[in-house]
Amino acid sequence: MPKTFMEGSGAVAEAVRACRPNVIAAYPITPQTHITEELSRMVANGLIKAEYVTVESEHSAASVVLGASATGARTYTASSSQGIIYMAEVLFCISGMRLPVVLTCANRALSAPINIWNDQQDSISVRDAGWVQLYAEDVQEACDMHLQAYRIAEHPEVMLPVMVCMDGFVLTHAYEPVDLIEQAEADAFLPPYQPQYYLTPKNPLTFGAMLGPESYMEVRYQLDKALRDSAKIIEEVALEFQKKFGRFQGTLIDTYQVEGAEIVLVAMGSVVSTIKEAIDTLRKEGEKVGVLKVRSFRPFPKEEICEVLGGAKEVLVLDRAFSPGSGGVLTNEVRAAFCGRKPTPQIRGHIIGLGGREINVETIIGIIKNRAEVGREDKFVDLKEALIGG
Amino acid sequence: MEHRLKKYLRTETLPTPFCPGCGHEILMHAILRAIDELKIDPREMLFVSGIGCAGWIPSPHFKADTLHVTHGRPIAFATGAKLFNPRLKVMVISGDGDLGSIGGNHLIHAARRNIDMVVICANNEIYGMTGGQVSCTTELGVFTSTTLEGNKEPPLDLCRLVEAAGASYVARYSVMHTGPLITSIKKALEHKGFSFIDVISPCPTQYGRRNEFPTAAAQLQALKTRCIPIEKAKKLPQEALEGKIIIGEFVSKGQRDEETDKDSGAGGTRGGAQCPAPGAGSGN
Repeated sequence: MPKTFMEGSGAVAEAVRACRPNVIAAYPITPQTHITEELSRMVANGLIKAEYVTVESEHSAASVVLGASATGARTYTASSSQGIIYMAEVLFCISGMRLPVVLTCANRALSAPINIWNDQQDSISVRDAGWVQLYAEDVQEACDMHLQAYRIAEHPEVMLPVMVCMDGFVLTHAYEPVDLIEQAEADAFLPPYQPQYYLTPKNPLTFGAMLGPESYMEVRYQLDKALRDSAKIIEEVALEFQKKFGRFQGTLIDTYQVEGAEIVLVAMGSVVSTIKEAIDTLRKEGEKVGVLKVRSFRPFPKEEICEVLGGAKEVLVLDRAFSPGSGGVLTNEVRAAFCGRKPTPQIRGHIIGLGGREINVETIIGIIKNRAEVGREDKFVDLKEALIGG
Repeated sequence: MEHRLKKYLRTETLPTPFCPGCGHEILMHAILRAIDELKIDPREMLFVSGIGCAGWIPSPHFKADTLHVTHGRPIAFATGAKLFNPRLKVMVISGDGDLGSIGGNHLIHAARRNIDMVVICANNEIYGMTGGQVSCTTELGVFTSTTLEGNKEPPLDLCRLVEAAGASYVARYSVMHTGPLITSIKKALEHKGFSFIDVISPCPTQYGRRNEFPTAAAQLQALKTRCIPIEKAKKLPQEALEGKIIIGEFVSKGQRDEETDKDSGAGGTRGGAQCPAPGAGSGN
């Protein structure tokens, strides 16, 4: 089938359609809206046999998919920014009940100030919700990731929700040539969901009941173990996807030009493509530079990252989200992964592109050329000194 | 000559982001007119708004304290401000999606407590800003970007909702009824207790284009026949009210102390003046 030139959101909606969700619940928020609008159109036109509900809030959207998933349905929702944060209470419940919900986060900055543009503060802020978190580099990967996401989520050894993160506007609103997934191929890769435990009058169960100090900790331990162990499944599913569809965008991580690289950049999401462009330019000038893409932020692939970065002299981490008072979240995770290991490369953190601030090839080249300026504290790149004041 | 209301605006923030033909600018004018006629200094007021097109009516345009907050919560934020500074005149301006859908719980509880504030709902019957999705006030059968076969869920009548919850001043007008609307905003500003005004303010971009209105003017004009004053509506049979919007004052109780619910006004019982259902809005 030839490639289709289409908007990222429409392409993701096509991928979700091919996954045959039974229940879709969503609330409008920019820049997620086009995905769910397209899905509502498909439901209206009979292209998906799903229940679609435009609920009264994101909190309700997450609650509806929780309820539906608990009864054994394959469910889907999408949101952004404040919507993700508003869902947070329910996100923890979904993972705690081990429900394989798939959610698309069209990454956007958080209030206040109100900002509708792209960074990754929303999904990063719910990193502890117990969800698998995958970050897509381009529209094709975002599409393919949804098929993989259901396989990972519904795997009997995983049974965890998956958040597919794609940069708002940069990917959701960009038009790219995409290989759409044909229904028969999707069905062969993703069979119908067979829940092990679900709410049915035939076999009454209790989900989400109270547990006291005598057993709560063990359940939390099991959640952590399942999330850590899902790394193996994420890898297997990516490799199986490659075998079936001939496309590979990485397992837990992906790398570009890291062989013999002295400087390796680390990043997540669409900025990785921009970094690759910068690397091509710098390689021609003789700079030994490469990039490591973190595809799975949860589970966090410490071993894989250290293996790739261990050979580099310098590591430059680029964060699209940060923990105020501490620093770049990805930077801190990479630093922690190296703790106690030798050799440890010099790791420098950069906070970039908050609230849609432009990141282009020159920005990346600037980061690489000016790296010596960055000390132990992460650098906010391209800050406008005039706006900060004295 | 400078426009008499220009002094209330941060002119550097103009033009407003509203689409041509949007009702929100008419409402913005009506609010400032009411404040001007009452000779209230808006700098003595606090305007709280949520997310959506309507949130932009006061923020950042009004030369006053404006608090632009998270989606659905302006009433809760306003409650906090009012509790700490009871003499502050607090006005919440937001949309139907913000106040009725995602923030519906705050709306009913503020009405229940009869907190002294004015809540103005710029009701365009759709989510305008995010691309025209169905909202809790979209009439049955209306086409939106998420109801391609026509809306199947009956709308909420926000006036009846807050009346039932205990609001002491409740009215509805459209932006085509600016005279009574300004009078109503003035009454609400002078009223002590929870005042709610539902203002039908059409969205030509997201609603009009998808439905039977080829132009913004046609959509505004249609409000003249869509809206029926409550006095007239009371004399009409239910069938004649099908698809109509009832406008007017539904509740106007006298002074009432917050929390204690001591009603010295007409009736003394909740829901004093019953308003007829606006057509399809009575379902469910």
